Parts: sequence; C-alpha cells; structure tokens
Amino acid sequence: METPQQTVMERVKEGIAPPPTAEAPAACTFEVRDLSIWYDKKRAIEGVTMNIATNAVTAIIGPSGCGKSTFLRALNRMHELTPKTRMEGTVLLNGNDLYSSAVDPAIVRRRVGMIFQKSNPFPTMSIGENVVIGLRLNGVHNQKFLNERLEKSLRMAALWDEVKDDLHKPGTSLSGGQQQRLCIARALAVEPEVVLMDEPCSALDPIATAKIEELIYELKAKYTIVTVTHNMQQAGRISDYTAFFYIGRLIEFGPTTKIFTNPTEKQTEDYITGRFG
Amino acid sequence: MHFERTNNHTWRKIKNALAVGTAFGSAILVILPLGLVFCYLLINGIGSVNWDFFTKLPAPVGAVGGGMANAIVGTLILLGLAGIVGIPIGVLGGVYLAEYGSGQVNSVLRFLADVLNGIPSITWGVVVYGLIVLRFKGFSAYAGGLALALIMIPLILRTTEEVILLVPNGYREASLALGVSRWKTIVHIVMKTASKGIITGILLALARVGGETAPLLFTAFGNRFWNHNLSQPIAALPLQVFTYAISPYDDWHRQAWAGALVLVTGVFCVNILVRIVTRGNTA
Repeated sequence: METPQQTVMERVKEGIAPPPTAEAPAACTFEVRDLSIWYDKKRAIEGVTMNIATNAVTAIIGPSGCGKSTFLRALNRMHELTPKTRMEGTVLLNGNDLYSSAVDPAIVRRRVGMIFQKSNPFPTMSIGENVVIGLRLNGVHNQKFLNERLEKSLRMAALWDEVKDDLHKPGTSLSGGQQQRLCIARALAVEPEVVLMDEPCSALDPIATAKIEELIYELKAKYTIVTVTHNMQQAGRISDYTAFFYIGRLIEFGPTTKIFTNPTEKQTEDYITGRFG
Repeated sequence: MHFERTNNHTWRKIKNALAVGTAFGSAILVILPLGLVFCYLLINGIGSVNWDFFTKLPAPVGAVGGGMANAIVGTLILLGLAGIVGIPIGVLGGVYLAEYGSGQVNSVLRFLADVLNGIPSITWGVVVYGLIVLRFKGFSAYAGGLALALIMIPLILRTTEEVILLVPNGYREASLALGVSRWKTIVHIVMKTASKGIITGILLALARVGGETAPLLFTAFGNRFWNHNLSQPIAALPLQVFTYAISPYDDWHRQAWAGALVLVTGVFCVNILVRIVTRGNTA
C-alpha cells in the first residue's frame, strides 16, 4: 500500500516538489496569535498560534469536528456568518489586523478568497457571468477589462480551453470538476492575495481531484493557499506545510515531509498512521 | 409457511382497492366543482361576452346591450395601485424575515402574517373605510387599491420568505467570499436565484385579490362611468358582477354571468402564466 510518506518523498526525489525547509518560513502571509473561537458557549478553536507561509500550500488536517474548517473560515471572517460567534486573539494578514474594528469584512474577503466543499456556481448566471460577478458587484463595469479578466481567470483555473466556446451556457451545465474550477476562476477574478479551500475535492471523482490538485500546485506561484482536507494522501501530495488540529487545538505544525515522516507528537503520528480519526 | 392463506391476500387486495378508490373519488370531488362552475359560467355567460362587453360602458336600465369596459379597466387600475403598495412591502418584508432579524422576533412576525392571511377580506374593507374613506370624505380608487394591497402584503411576504429560504446557503457564502456586501448579495444573488418563486407569489396574490369583492364594497365603491380621477369611486369587475347579479333585471343578470366568466378566465390565465414562469430549469 502506498503510504503518504512515500508519496511526499517520491515527489521530492523526482524533483516535482521542492524539499520543504525545516525552519520557519521567511515570509508569512498570515500571523495568527492565540486565536480562540466560540460558537455560542462551545469552544471550537483554542489558543492557536501559527504563521502561514507566502506562496506555499498549507494543509490543515485533523479528524471531523477538530475545528479545522472554523480555523480556515476565521482567516477571512466567514465564520462570523454563524450567529453567536465570539473570537479572541489576533489574525494579521501581511501585517494588517483582520479583526480591527475599522476593517470591513467585505474588504477582508476580497483579499482572501474562498473555495467551498460543494461547488456553487450561481445557477442564474452563465459561465462567463459567474467568473466576473465578483468584479461586477464590486463596481467594475468596464467590459473590455472584464473580458480580459474573464479569460485570464479561466486560464489560471485551467478551464479556458474547455469552456471558451460555451461562455454563455449556464455555469451549472458543467461537470462537477469543471464547476469547482469555475468557482476557483470566480475567486481568482477578484485577484485575492490568499485562496482558502475547504475540502475542495471531497465531492469529486479521482480524475477531477487530480486536476484540482495540479491546479493548486500551479497556483501557489502567485497565491498563498490554505486548504482543509480529510485526505492525508492529498495533504502529502500538494502541501508544503501541514498543520494537525485535534479538538480545537493545533497539535503540530511544520513542513509536510517532517509531519508525515517524523512527527514530534504522538497524536499526530497516531492520526497519520490511521490509528484514529 | 402460510402461503396457502389466500383469503387474507384477497382481503388485502380489496382493502387496497377501496383505499385507492376513495382517494381517487376525493380527487374527483375536488376537481368536479371547478369544472361545473366553469361549464355553468360558460353556458350562461358566453352569450353576452362580445366586443361590446369589452369596449362599452354599462347601458342604462332597460336599454339592451352595453358592456363592462370601465369595470375591466377599473380592476386593472386597482390591481396596479395595490401592486405599487403591496409588492414592495411584501417582498421586502419577506426578505427581512428570511435574511435578517432574530429568531424570536421573526417567529412573532411570521405568526402575525399568518393571522393576517386568515382575516376575512371584508375586514380590510372596513379598516380602509375607517382610515381613508371617512378621513378624506369619499370613496376612491386609492382606498380600493389600499384595501387590496393590505390583503396582498402578508400573502407576498410569506411566499417570498419561503422561496428565499429555499436558496442554498452555499450561494450566499460564495458571494460573500468574493467580498460582495451583504445587501448586494441578497439583491443580486439570493433574490435573483429566487426570482421565479417571488414572481409566482406576486402573480398568485394579484390573482387572489383581483377577484375580491368584499373589500371594495365601501372603498372603491363602484362606478357606472369612466373614471380617470383616482380620488373618485372606481368600477371593478367583481363589484359590477355583484351589483348586476342582485339586480332585478334579466339583461343585467346576463351581463353578470359574462363578467364572472371574464373574471374566472382572467384568474385562470394568471395561473397559466405562473406555470410558464416556473417551467424553466432553475429554481
């Protein structure tokens, strides 16, 4: 059986993945300090401190209910949509406090895009309209600019060649994997600095998953990517850094090769080797 | 093994046939009155539905002919006035209930809207009579339109709320994650996704109040002539049918049948329109 360790090591050997360095990242996009989040009275995240590297893929793994989605959503303030949430601590995006009272959550989300588990192209819009809707609703109406951005975003999402003649067709007419790449193009069109992905492949078949993984790998040249995944092989394949969450706490965080081959914590090892979770 | 107990099997078959038969009979009983009413209207009314009916004013008592042109236009004007007031309030209220507000306040509002939906329509007529007609000392199209609007508001509010709640949360999140504001998300994404349902609710509410007579009795009041002044009494098709049907003249009775037929056909057409609107592939 193929183990995640082999997968990572193979990639490194074949020169596909750069060997992640053991020391802390030099440039970091997010600095999270002592982050705790409550849903009503239930604490979902407890005292998480971590730096998220720029132009790298950071994977968040952990068993269901460990708070990994909550943590991800806290990075662009999406968790605030749930009523009765409370947070403590700070999240800095390139040095700016995301939670300062002067900051509009809409601005945060323009800088930090998000891809969801279930692909969700807007059903009333065509493929083309779906891609540029973020710009349009943020007040951009220059058709030439929109058309340029449309093509650029679809190319970046590796979807252009498949849909360039069908831009007027409904976004929901695409296959599941294409819909997810359309959602990625839609998120990229507003030119965010970071792309958050909440289990982006869990509803897709293996071939569509492979395409999205490849895409994630390419996107990190331009974007900082944070992805939540249930699939440890996937974390091994695509990520440079891995964070292991358990019951709301960050148990271990480091370069993916280290987490998968030589974890410091017993819990991390148990989870990765499939002893629980 | 009890396969040989065919008696039991036969009895089950009979019970099944009885149940299916009763259900089928009940379904027929529901549809039958509609068919009968429509046939009866057709038989009695079709003879008087002619060009004159749609283009001429009511004829004086004793004179043969005449039409209900003013009442048809009057009903359309009243529906227009009711729509101007009722549609925005109903839709915005539904949006509020579905998207904003706290759970407890919303459940109170929802309950009140359901109570309002159950209020007999003549009550609205009385309310508007007290509020508008007495204050401005006269029956008017405005008063009639307002009475109809008050009936429409809770209807539209509840259907709008329901169809907006049907919009999957994923679309809201996708839009908000693009940095789109809450309000723009609601208008451009949520309401657009639910637009067919909202339009259906509006059309059904218009069809419902278009046939209302009671709330117009002492608001719009009715008028035998053309009225271009909305602060004056105005004719309405259901009112005209009511007036003609209780009159002692055979000719007016025939006109009342024709009016009722036109009214039912109108409501029927709106329902077909709703079918066409909701036929597409998106929600």
